[in-house]
Amino acid sequence: MPNLEHPAYPAADLLRLESLVPCRESQVSMLLSIFGERQHFSFPSIFIYGHTSSGKTYVMQTLLTTLQLPHVFVNCVECFTSRLLLEEILIQLQNCSSGPEQTSPVHCDTLNDFVRLFKQAVVSQELQDQTIYIVLDRAEQLREMEANILPAFLRLQELTDRNVTVVLLSEIVWELFRPNVGCFEPFTMYFPDYSIGHLQKILSQNHPPEYSPDFYAAYINILLGVFYMVCRDLKELRHLAALNFAKYCEPVVRGEANERDTRKLWKNIEPHLKKAMQTVYLREISSSQWERLQHDSGEPGQLKGLSAHTHVELPYYSKFLLIAAYLASYNPVRTDKRFFLKHHGKIRKTNFMKKHEKTSNHLLGPKPFPLDRLLAILYSIVDNRVAPTANIFSQITSLVTLQLLSLVGQNDQLDGPRYKCTVSLDFIRAIAR
Amino acid sequence: MSTCSVSKGCFVFKPTTKKKRLSEKTGHDFRIPGDDSEGTGLRFVTCQSLWNQVKSETQQIQEDLNKQLLENLVSFLSRSHSNFQEKTTEWTCRMKFREIPTAALVLGVNVTDHDLTFRGLSDVLQDNITPYVALLEAKDCPGTKNLMQKLMGQLMNCDIDVDSLEDEECVQVSRNKIRCSMSSLISWYESVKKKTDSETPSKKRNSSSRHWQSPPIVVIFKDMESFTTKVLQEFIVISSQHIHELPLVLIFGIATSPMIIHRLLPHSVSSLLCIELFQSLSCKEHLSTIIDKLCIVEHFYSQPLSVLCCQVEDIKKRAYSLSHDQCENIRRLPSFRRHVEKQESGKQVALLTNDSFLKEETVKLLEDLHVYHENYVSILRCLHVFTSSLPKYPLGKQIRELHCACLENRVWETEEYESSLQLARMLNKTDLVNMLQQCVEILMSSSGREFDKTAEKLKEFLTQFQNLEVAEASQDQDVSVSSQKELQKKTDLYHLQKTLLELKESRRPKKLTKFEMLRFEVVDYIDSLVRKYLVPAEDRTLHEIVYFNTANVLRGHLNAAPRTALHTALNNPHWYLKNQALKCDGGGISNKAPDICIVYKLHLECGRLINLVDWLEAFSTVVMAAEEPNADAASSDQVDDTIHARFIRAVSELELLGFIKPSKQKTDHVARLTWGGC
Repeated sequence: MPNLEHPAYPAADLLRLESLVPCRESQVSMLLSIFGERQHFSFPSIFIYGHTSSGKTYVMQTLLTTLQLPHVFVNCVECFTSRLLLEEILIQLQNCSSGPEQTSPVHCDTLNDFVRLFKQAVVSQELQDQTIYIVLDRAEQLREMEANILPAFLRLQELTDRNVTVVLLSEIVWELFRPNVGCFEPFTMYFPDYSIGHLQKILSQNHPPEYSPDFYAAYINILLGVFYMVCRDLKELRHLAALNFAKYCEPVVRGEANERDTRKLWKNIEPHLKKAMQTVYLREISSSQWERLQHDSGEPGQLKGLSAHTHVELPYYSKFLLIAAYLASYNPVRTDKRFFLKHHGKIRKTNFMKKHEKTSNHLLGPKPFPLDRLLAILYSIVDNRVAPTANIFSQITSLVTLQLLSLVGQNDQLDGPRYKCTVSLDFIRAIAR
Repeated sequence: MSTCSVSKGCFVFKPTTKKKRLSEKTGHDFRIPGDDSEGTGLRFVTCQSLWNQVKSETQQIQEDLNKQLLENLVSFLSRSHSNFQEKTTEWTCRMKFREIPTAALVLGVNVTDHDLTFRGLSDVLQDNITPYVALLEAKDCPGTKNLMQKLMGQLMNCDIDVDSLEDEECVQVSRNKIRCSMSSLISWYESVKKKTDSETPSKKRNSSSRHWQSPPIVVIFKDMESFTTKVLQEFIVISSQHIHELPLVLIFGIATSPMIIHRLLPHSVSSLLCIELFQSLSCKEHLSTIIDKLCIVEHFYSQPLSVLCCQVEDIKKRAYSLSHDQCENIRRLPSFRRHVEKQESGKQVALLTNDSFLKEETVKLLEDLHVYHENYVSILRCLHVFTSSLPKYPLGKQIRELHCACLENRVWETEEYESSLQLARMLNKTDLVNMLQQCVEILMSSSGREFDKTAEKLKEFLTQFQNLEVAEASQDQDVSVSSQKELQKKTDLYHLQKTLLELKESRRPKKLTKFEMLRFEVVDYIDSLVRKYLVPAEDRTLHEIVYFNTANVLRGHLNAAPRTALHTALNNPHWYLKNQALKCDGGGISNKAPDICIVYKLHLECGRLINLVDWLEAFSTVVMAAEEPNADAASSDQVDDTIHARFIRAVSELELLGFIKPSKQKTDHVARLTWGGC
């Protein structure tokens, strides 16, 4: 195991850091060597990517706080406009060394202002002789902002002429970021997924105080055995572990088994975990409901999941409208005559038609159809005469707002609006019943 | 009668707000067609009392409907909040990541008043749980920014409402408006919390007993379906990051099905939520009651004799105060005429000429009618008990379907009734006994004395069944029951009849079991009851007074036909404007009509594409025809500027109404969007 070593930082801090970031030692030591000493100029921008919950945010945050490096940590989803983002960075920078005291509101609309204010802030906070780290979490959001934001952050060191390093964290690769016009290439770094061994190690690390580490490790082992196939998300696994641990302990609490009776415990928990995989993991029933079920030791069967409530109650004509829309979306126009006319004449069974029919229309997805066709099919599938009253038309629009139909093309097209049917075959079957 | 079409459509959906106006209006309306001799005032009073009764019942239904739902929601919210109160010292709490408590509120498409429900909900929440409730609509939130703006605006406003208006508060709000981010929301929440904490308990006792120390912030998404995925996802991700500082609770209003949550949100986002489902009940009943209301209004409006439609006790009093004209009205009723024809000649003359004799007769008939109605309802419910459990429901599942069938024609002559009786003859014993018991209960609860005997008869049947149980040999019954079971499986009418015939033939030599004989007896008895009491109302004399049968008129009121109305308005403005000058003969175009009417009429004569220049020419000709009939003005080529402007305005109004649109096919042409007169 490579011990973290760096001459610039106290050994105690490094040791603590190492204990906090299990299985990420190599990445941390690499980052440390890039960062260099406090006053050293570092690489202007670093791009770190890796899958969900591979520890990017956590490692960055622990690294910066443990070593007490001046830093700014911003989540780009939260700052949904460039202005919010820039102001947030400036506010955090003001609080950086002087503690969370009330700061004067900052106004920063453009990047030009930002560079100016940033320089001021650095001077006022007396951070000139240290590298300032700006970490932008979920940096893929930057691509949605103004075109100059991302390139500017990449060469912020050059623009501000200050010792600053921008770290971008993202789940997607750099190639998807690169602007067309070209920009400064950041140093890219990959955080690989945790292996099952890593997960085991990390999950076992924080065991509940009442139980021994071995007992908890055995539990994690069982849990991973069930869930590893479907879920490698560390956060999710930890959540599931916490949810189901009480059930695992039950035999021990009741005194039916001791802590080392692994087999018995396994028998007790395994069906339970499988059930959890079908319900809680898919968020069919919520965690709190699951816990209450456990508490009352009731059967999860009695609680219906979200998907169980598929029945949709629709007004009389809406049902027919929806069915007509479905037919119009998935049947080709030329078959309308055959299906919906009483005297449709002879059905020609040409080879061509058969060949065409083979590619299922369901695979191709719904096709748009004009309003007139929808109404024509509606008239033919409803038994009694339907008058095209406002009732029918308003039901069409309400279907659109319910997202069962979707309007294709411009909204302002008064004559001949075109629709698509967005519901599935199962849904239509349920309605047609 | 055209006045009623003006107010159509406003009855159904907003009975509460429009009530006062409506009642005034109806009172006024009643007076228009008739003179005092028709007793408009009395009619109106009666109508109003009935109306109020129905209204209060409707409100009761609606309250009951929502009560359960609201209670569940409130308890959910308080629970989710209590989790937040607990400090996260426990190991499990530390390990689990904080999910945002979320309520998925499925309201159903058929419920029209989602808005009302949500407003009620937010009121209840503000009273019981938290002052911080924000209602968000999809159309206000096309982006995350708008959503946050809206959210913060609502939250900070409601804060001002709760606390007294302070200058400092206003300043803070205006400052916050500039930066609408989560962090400012958090700081706002902190400051508000601190303030409520620091306030003296005596001052805040009232509200602190209702709200907790740190009340949750409830965000209601009214129409979940219409929100864009991106906005929802971003909002959830952001708020999940701050759930530790900000006790958010989300409520998703869903009209279709909860599956939409999975469709809108990927697993990475939905895993941040802790969703519980709440489903509202169906509102069919609610709707049907409201329609009843409309029937009442229409009935009182169009039927002058509805004065007599009142409580039994009042009938006599009112009948004797009828005027001569009203008596004549009674005589004109078709059902009364039929009644008269059946009488002997002396009585006929008396009925037709003597008012007081007629009045007495009317009272008698009306009382009969009331008795009939009471009996009818009881027997109808009995029959419903039987038919509602039959396979395939030949007479309908709901009691109203049965009611319709019985009212429309003689129910025992219909095919469905026949088949349901046959099915009833095959019921097994437990079901039959059950039904009989229910029937007895219904009959006992009805007020009429007439059913004492009937109930007794049914009870007798019940005891006979019980005796059978004791007496009958077991093996005999087994055979019959099994064959019955077999029959019940076959619900198809054709197959059923076939098997029935076969069974009959095969069974003929065999003696019927006692149970079977008894069953036949019971069904026959029920049949006789039906024939006696479920006579359609139309066969009764004077049914016109009490029963409402012009459903078509009602349908016209409910199903608005805007296109027809628009056409009428434009084609025949006299219909709505009531100006004699506008009355035009045949197809001619009056130049006194509003410009848009002239333009509309001219455009009806055109084809798919309309030449604007020609149209203008025609318009100016029509308009000029009245103003300056002398030849020199008409001959001048140049069209007057004012006329030109009027024409342009009328054409753009037509465009706004959706009759025409600019066309790119030909210059100076517009395309028609309608095919012709509706």
